[in-house]
Amino acid sequence: MSATLHPASGPAKDMRVAAALGRRRRATSHLVKFACYGATAVGLLLLLSILGTLFWNGFAALNLRVFTDMTRPPGSEGGLLNPIIGSLIQTGIGTAIGTPIGLLVGTYLAEYAKNSPLANAVRFVSDILLSAPSILIGLFVYQILVVPFGGFSGWAGSVALAIIVIPIVVRTTEDMLRLLPDTLREAVIGLGAPKWKMITLVCWRAAASGIVTGVLLAVARVAGETAPLLFTSLGNLNWSLSLSAPMSSLPITIFAYAGSPYQDWIALAWAGALIITLGVLGLNIVARSLLRRK
Amino acid sequence: MGVSMIQTGADTAVAAKPGAAMNAPRIAVRDLDFYYGANKALKGINFDLPDRQVTGMIGPSGCGKSTLLRVLNRMYSLYPGQRATGQVLLDGKNILDADVDMNALRARIGMVFQKPTPFPMTIYENIAFGVRLHEKLSKSQMDERVEWALTRAAIWGEVKDRLNSNAMGLSGGQQQRLCIARSIAVRPEVILLDEPTSALDPISTLKIEELIDELKQDFTIAIVTHNMQQAARCADQVAFFYLGELIEVAPAEEMFTAPKQKKTQEYITGRFG
Repeated sequence: MSATLHPASGPAKDMRVAAALGRRRRATSHLVKFACYGATAVGLLLLLSILGTLFWNGFAALNLRVFTDMTRPPGSEGGLLNPIIGSLIQTGIGTAIGTPIGLLVGTYLAEYAKNSPLANAVRFVSDILLSAPSILIGLFVYQILVVPFGGFSGWAGSVALAIIVIPIVVRTTEDMLRLLPDTLREAVIGLGAPKWKMITLVCWRAAASGIVTGVLLAVARVAGETAPLLFTSLGNLNWSLSLSAPMSSLPITIFAYAGSPYQDWIALAWAGALIITLGVLGLNIVARSLLRRK
Repeated sequence: MGVSMIQTGADTAVAAKPGAAMNAPRIAVRDLDFYYGANKALKGINFDLPDRQVTGMIGPSGCGKSTLLRVLNRMYSLYPGQRATGQVLLDGKNILDADVDMNALRARIGMVFQKPTPFPMTIYENIAFGVRLHEKLSKSQMDERVEWALTRAAIWGEVKDRLNSNAMGLSGGQQQRLCIARSIAVRPEVILLDEPTSALDPISTLKIEELIDELKQDFTIAIVTHNMQQAARCADQVAFFYLGELIEVAPAEEMFTAPKQKKTQEYITGRFG
């Protein structure tokens, strides 16, 4: 057989060049891998050090009194009962107001408007709201509720939190409904069901675990919000369950206590931060397990 | 199964003998054109679905057979941009008219899809769901209806001890029979089957085919299929579609032994498609 012709024109393959190129490729590969591992390590270390410090100081300050006693002046052994209750109330009402609105808007986007210009506008605004600085939302509610009604109140705080809940629920609801196959919708319609029954009896149910997950994540998010409460419910060092009066909350109390010069207040701030973190962590775990079950 | 006693008013009808003449039409399609936007997907379709017989619809992908099925229960009306002109007569009434109550229409013309579509609820609720849309029944009447539908769909024996478990836990073949049960529980006159076995294993397919044969005593059936043997096994009448046109419609035996059109012959002998 005659000498085989090299398929490409140009010089014959030089094994030394090939080996050098291989070395360079391997070096680049190692470099990129190292950078990725390194960045991950930095992120993890920061997170661990935050959590570690929080757990260390938080558990040291945590005792039964934190949950059973009110906030008191420095040096007189107070707890965090009123901020805890205040946070529960405002987060609860905020979620109760924001969830149905977000659910219906998300349903509108996924089931009715789809890609109409109005839907795209609503989606865009909702996404902006999702990433809006929360202090702006606090200022907005300050203008529309606190100023006209003459004072800070639990209602204003709840509404501010509701405004943060809405876009989160909108997004997860729409995403979850869009995951449902159209054949499921057609199967319901094919039985002679009106559209509203298709949505409420089948689509919502099929997407339930995802939608509930979205709501839980929204709760976790607003439970730790400080900025929107600064201008709305303000905080209250006295026992008050009135939604028309300023209302205490954990984030605001942490904010106030952590910056104080008193050792016992600072310890309580750590305890409060730990309570919120564990609460949010718990909600996230529940949300994830719900999603996984699906 | 003692309860298959709920009458659809047609139990006594005698199924057509193979090769016998077709029954009177239950649905008559006249000069039907269908458009996806500007794209004409069905061109001047004329044919009948004979009462309480099985019509098989065959043809290569994109030939319009599924589209035609979706015209028959107005499913296309869900999607803006899709429209049909011509006539689809059910008891002499054109169901394409604007004043047709589509929910009532779909109670008369049921549909089963390619992929099983169980609802995320219990087996019992899956069946009761459709019934509740159109009838007010007492608990015992509903129990009876559920058992009847599941029995007719040949799945009662497999699910009777777990009616309250989630339907998503059934196998694919069971889910498809559940969907058929769900359709017939509403007591429609016509059942449209859109490739009902293409996602199933051979044994489940066989069960569904036997079921179709059983169901035609009571229901007029249209089945879209890619499987020529299936059409030959199940259908009394076969319609062959190609590029949006109805090329030929004939009794099944005739269609597969002596097709009149060259295109039909080429398709059923596997020359294309």
